Amino acid sequence: MEKIVLPDIKNFHKIDVYIVNGGYSAAKKAFAQSPDDIIDQVKKSGLRGRGGAAFSAGLKWSFMPKTSAKPKYLCINGDESEPGSFKDRQIFEFNPHQLIEGILITAYAIGAKIAYVYIRGEYHKWIKLFNIALEDAYSQGYVGEKMKQKFGTEFYCDIFIHKGAGAYICGEESALMNSLEGKRGYPRIKPPFPAQNGLWGCPTTINNVETITNVPPIINKGWEWFSAIGEQKHPGTLLYGISGHVNKPGVYELPTGTLLTDLIYKYGGGVPGDKKVLCVIPGGSSMPPIRGDQIEGVKMDAESLKTVGSAIGTAGVMVMDEDTDLVKVLARIAKFYYHESCGQCTPCREGTGWMLKILNRIIAGNGSISDIDLLISVANNIEGNTICALGEAAAWPVKYMVTRFRDYFEKRVSKEVVLPVANKVHSMRGTAIPLADIKT
Amino acid sequence: MTNFKFTEENLKRIENEIKKYPVKQPAVMAALWIAQEQNGWISGEVIKEVASILEMTAEEVLGIVSFYTMYHQKPMGKYHIQVCTNVSCMLKGGYDIFDRVKEKLNINNMQVTEDSIFSLEEVECMGSCGTAPMISVNEDYYENLDKEKVDQLLNSLKEKN
Repeated sequence: MEKIVLPDIKNFHKIDVYIVNGGYSAAKKAFAQSPDDIIDQVKKSGLRGRGGAAFSAGLKWSFMPKTSAKPKYLCINGDESEPGSFKDRQIFEFNPHQLIEGILITAYAIGAKIAYVYIRGEYHKWIKLFNIALEDAYSQGYVGEKMKQKFGTEFYCDIFIHKGAGAYICGEESALMNSLEGKRGYPRIKPPFPAQNGLWGCPTTINNVETITNVPPIINKGWEWFSAIGEQKHPGTLLYGISGHVNKPGVYELPTGTLLTDLIYKYGGGVPGDKKVLCVIPGGSSMPPIRGDQIEGVKMDAESLKTVGSAIGTAGVMVMDEDTDLVKVLARIAKFYYHESCGQCTPCREGTGWMLKILNRIIAGNGSISDIDLLISVANNIEGNTICALGEAAAWPVKYMVTRFRDYFEKRVSKEVVLPVANKVHSMRGTAIPLADIKT
Repeated sequence: MTNFKFTEENLKRIENEIKKYPVKQPAVMAALWIAQEQNGWISGEVIKEVASILEMTAEEVLGIVSFYTMYHQKPMGKYHIQVCTNVSCMLKGGYDIFDRVKEKLNINNMQVTEDSIFSLEEVECMGSCGTAPMISVNEDYYENLDKEKVDQLLNSLKEKN
């Protein structure tokens, strides 16, 4: 299987090795064509975003206005903070020049002269590694004003790194733009979408690191070649990150549509102690979990996972064996979203805290059967009622874990129905209506 | 308390950061990183100085400092130990690692040892899921850990002092 994003070439991260292996030839080829042709090829290739939403990259680029009095910007999302996701750091470390080349081609296609690469603050090491590659590319004239001579074009583009400082929410594209503007990372209400009103009110396109790294091979080898790899509706390869209870965790580049069982047993080396799989989260912690007894035949791509009630997300596969305490896992996920909620929207700010409290109550052995429905109710009241998708990210794991493992959760709570808190308060004040008196 | 001033070299670094953007404010994140490097933490004096350089209000800068978890709002240890306990690490014993560090250093989350050498923070996913569990000491990742390796790591850091 040919690898597109992380080829097995020694020292590929070095500019000389990259160039010897055909590096920066895709940029040259792209600059000889019109920006519209590039967008058209990427559209036809079927390349979909690798950051979680799996939206068509070419279509996203086509939303950018053709003419604009304001400057246009390109943002590369390297915030990579989704629990279970650790793929972009591989690109910064092992294939930074293909990312840089992808940025140049994308910037040319959308008409941006400045691109910002937003990298999470925790990635000190990978920021340094990417910066070395970027400086090499600058000094050899592949980036910046010297591009004019190197490629013989009028077009040139500067690339800058913007270092984050610890905030999951900055992986959300509009929060990322606020963070880049030197503000708190609050998501913005959409519309207007970034292509109309992005960085400093200018047209902006935001793509994930892995998405952009796919672009140079598409230009070099043609969209027909790319669209034939993997699943037709979600072509190409994915950097699957396998973690949790597997013998060989790590990042594996494989075609879309690879079987989940192959990822766990063939590539991940199976479960330690040959234990059974209890639960799998297929795309990073915010995606709906799948029961271990339902993973047979599940294919890993955006469309196939939809049919089993989950989503591809960032393809970060988290495997849990039969001895895992799912209530504790879910509480840890809930704690994460409680911690990372930016606090703008009440349902998310308050709801994430409530879900955590209820789950902690169940862990402490004080849960009631009514808590299970209360969890689902809180999750349902967050979902769809927030500015950004963190609401869904927080609600989905709770809602689907509890629904799909209801038997498991029911065993952990008492069968006694606890009256809602409001009723308790009323009963303490002597103002509650006795249930028996309510006429139906 | 003496006023905080950036070194000449750091002022130049901030100037270079400002050049990346059409306006000054976006450089605030980098300026705060540089300040933390120089000062160890973000004090009120740092906030005022950063605000005056970038033509922002002190409140705006404080808003940044309090939003992003990696800016320290109090002095931390020379070695800031960050332990991930998120799902992938948790499944591989992240909490055992966290408890071990607590026990060895005799401090709790977000506390500093009396000699100011160590501080501890429970952090969210650091992107080491495939090499879990992990600890980050200041900027460096230590991966595929177990209790023995944690002991070794902490001992070697102690010996450096």
